[in-house]
Amino acid sequence: MKAYIRFLYRCFRLSFVGDWRYYTWMFALTVIALLGVNAYAKQFAHGLITTGMTDQVSWGLYIANFTYLVGVAAAAVMLVIPVYVYRVKELHDLVIFGELLAVAAIIMCLLFVTVDLGRPDRFIHLLLRFNFPISMLTWDVLVLNGYLLLNMHICGYLIYCAYRKRHPSRIFYIPFVFVAIVWAISIHTVTAFLYAGLGGRPFWNSAVIAPRFLASAFAAGPAIIILTLQVIRHATGYPVPARAISILRSIITIAMSINLFLLGSELFTEFYTGAAHTVSARYLFFGLDGHHALVPWIWTSVVLNMGALLVLLSPLHMRIRFLNAACAAMIVGIWIEKGMGLIIPAFIPSPLGEIVEYTPTMNEILVCLGIWAIGLLCYTIFVRITVPVLMGSLTEDTPDRLTDAVSNAIPAQL
Amino acid sequence: MPLRIYEGDGGTPGDCAYASDARGASSQSFSSARRGMTRRSFLRRAAGATGGLAAVAGALSPLLDIDDMKSFSLEKFLQKHYKEMSPDDMKRALDRIANDVKQRYDVRPHLRDIKPMDGVEFVYALNLSRCIGCRRCVHACVAENNQSRDPEIQYIRVIEMPRGTTDIEQGDHHYDRPTVPDEQHYYLPVQCHQCDNPPCVKVCPVEATWKEPDGIVVIDYDWCIGCRYCEAACPYWARRFNFTTPSIPKNKINPDMAYLSNRPRPKGVMEKCHFCLQRTRQGRMPACLEVCPTGARKFGNVLNPKSEVSQILKTKRIFVLKEELGTLPRFFYYFDERDPIAMQTPLPTPPSMPSKHVGGGA
Repeated sequence: MKAYIRFLYRCFRLSFVGDWRYYTWMFALTVIALLGVNAYAKQFAHGLITTGMTDQVSWGLYIANFTYLVGVAAAAVMLVIPVYVYRVKELHDLVIFGELLAVAAIIMCLLFVTVDLGRPDRFIHLLLRFNFPISMLTWDVLVLNGYLLLNMHICGYLIYCAYRKRHPSRIFYIPFVFVAIVWAISIHTVTAFLYAGLGGRPFWNSAVIAPRFLASAFAAGPAIIILTLQVIRHATGYPVPARAISILRSIITIAMSINLFLLGSELFTEFYTGAAHTVSARYLFFGLDGHHALVPWIWTSVVLNMGALLVLLSPLHMRIRFLNAACAAMIVGIWIEKGMGLIIPAFIPSPLGEIVEYTPTMNEILVCLGIWAIGLLCYTIFVRITVPVLMGSLTEDTPDRLTDAVSNAIPAQL
Repeated sequence: MPLRIYEGDGGTPGDCAYASDARGASSQSFSSARRGMTRRSFLRRAAGATGGLAAVAGALSPLLDIDDMKSFSLEKFLQKHYKEMSPDDMKRALDRIANDVKQRYDVRPHLRDIKPMDGVEFVYALNLSRCIGCRRCVHACVAENNQSRDPEIQYIRVIEMPRGTTDIEQGDHHYDRPTVPDEQHYYLPVQCHQCDNPPCVKVCPVEATWKEPDGIVVIDYDWCIGCRYCEAACPYWARRFNFTTPSIPKNKINPDMAYLSNRPRPKGVMEKCHFCLQRTRQGRMPACLEVCPTGARKFGNVLNPKSEVSQILKTKRIFVLKEELGTLPRFFYYFDERDPIAMQTPLPTPPSMPSKHVGGGA
């Protein structure tokens, strides 16, 4: 117990130590996070009127980001499955980085839901009268928090074992790993059901929403992991096997193909039938009665996603620059597809046929940026601690006074 | 953190070079420099910490503008869910709310918790042949139910529909004519349909909204967490959110209030039409019906076979909006057997097929 507290204390110290690049990065993130906190304080004082949301478009950027990040969190399994199901042993340690990303993503998800609430001060009501299992939102609360705990346990246990130079006991983490695989799929399925279960929103009320969510998440999430692993390799010298990148590359190629196929099926049903169901889709892709705020967004997304897939399917994907460009395009393309392309158009036109467009306010955007900055701060600190521990340069035996020096030298360059 | 002051050691944290070989990290070259804290680094850290705290304080400063800070009380914070309140709890809550209203609006409200009546289930019926689209119902509702005037919240939306279609997408929400009705249009007022299978109740994560035995879907404004899931779920766009603290001029307050209906609402919660339960549970008619100049609106107890609404449901060709969604509304529309305006005005174009949006057809 004492050793554990000392471990936590050293982790805490370590997160304040690094070279100038680390300090610059952390300082910039802190400034953005504080701007976000400031924007949220304004929202808290004056109400959600500080956002661009209205009674017509009652969910906006917050819920869009939330949905996207649930997908990112779920995508951690795309590293877990090769290691624990297909026994690709060399990637074993990399799983931790994927799961830490999931932890940071879930923290961001919970923050996004919280800032979306009109009465965050009444959060306790969720514990006192929980409309389970009728309300899908209660399912989401359960699965997201459960997933957070699962991942915190798995990463925390493995890292602490490495720190104590103990061999992790399989019984303490293997069962959790397999539960987490199913759980990861469940978080994004439940989030999709949140929307798909609403009969009054024909744009969402489609059985293909959950599969589409999973496919796009398994494209965008591993794309983020590919870029992150390279950053970790460059910044900390942590050895990332080329095999990891190539496995993730095949995953995103397949996931993106499935995603575009499902999108195509959806669009066929919408447009070929020509029923009233299609009004939102028409607004999204072509505009409606002179309103077309979302049209540039969705076509940008289509171009980015198609372009990324073309690169991945062509021999170009062997060149790391092209692969990285494809990943970046997918990350942005899917963010747009899920936010501007899936959450917002369901509200336009309103159920009574009124067209009110949505433009996020600066304050709302700052809150979003602030939450992303907090998420990145968390992830940077996680990596900052994990790398020296996994490399064996920070263990129980490392003397305290060497801690800073050790850590300063290794991962500080992030 | 133990602070040790080392004299004469000018090593500053952070600017030492990193080793290119990651594993050669613990080289002695700079480990000595990091042994403790110098005066300079101490001052620097102190300055950093002060600056950081100042930045956090600055970031949080807008919280000073919170307007309902004064009215915060632990009792309010710990108030129970409506269904869990004992008569005593309710009395205390009503007293507290009445005091808040008095303080804010200089009016002593007649505030009570009115229970549903036995053997009563309310139903609304609206005669589309008679509605002239004057929107008097919209404004009577705002006045009766203490809705925010700035920004104005309205429970009733009147849609101007072209004759010959029931496709709601073709309606105009913002028609602005010197006189109504326009002969080429008919008018479709929409408000909460008090569904018997309400999607809004189903999705609420904290059970802040529920269906009462007399058919009215109500909201506990002190329990709602403002997630707006119900607003997304409602197929009739009947729910409204308080995006900011409602503002009502003092002389516009209606002091006749009930806990589950028209008492003033706080910021950040949902509200909607509740069939004026502060009136209707005491035998009066809803405000929108009383003000209607044409008698297009009918309201009553469907369990009483002699009531006007029961007669209408039996004899008129009624329909509900979006019947295919299975929400089972308690709000019915009908046309007169013979449409008096249509008799006088020849239609400009042959009527198109009714859309499936309006189930049942007229």
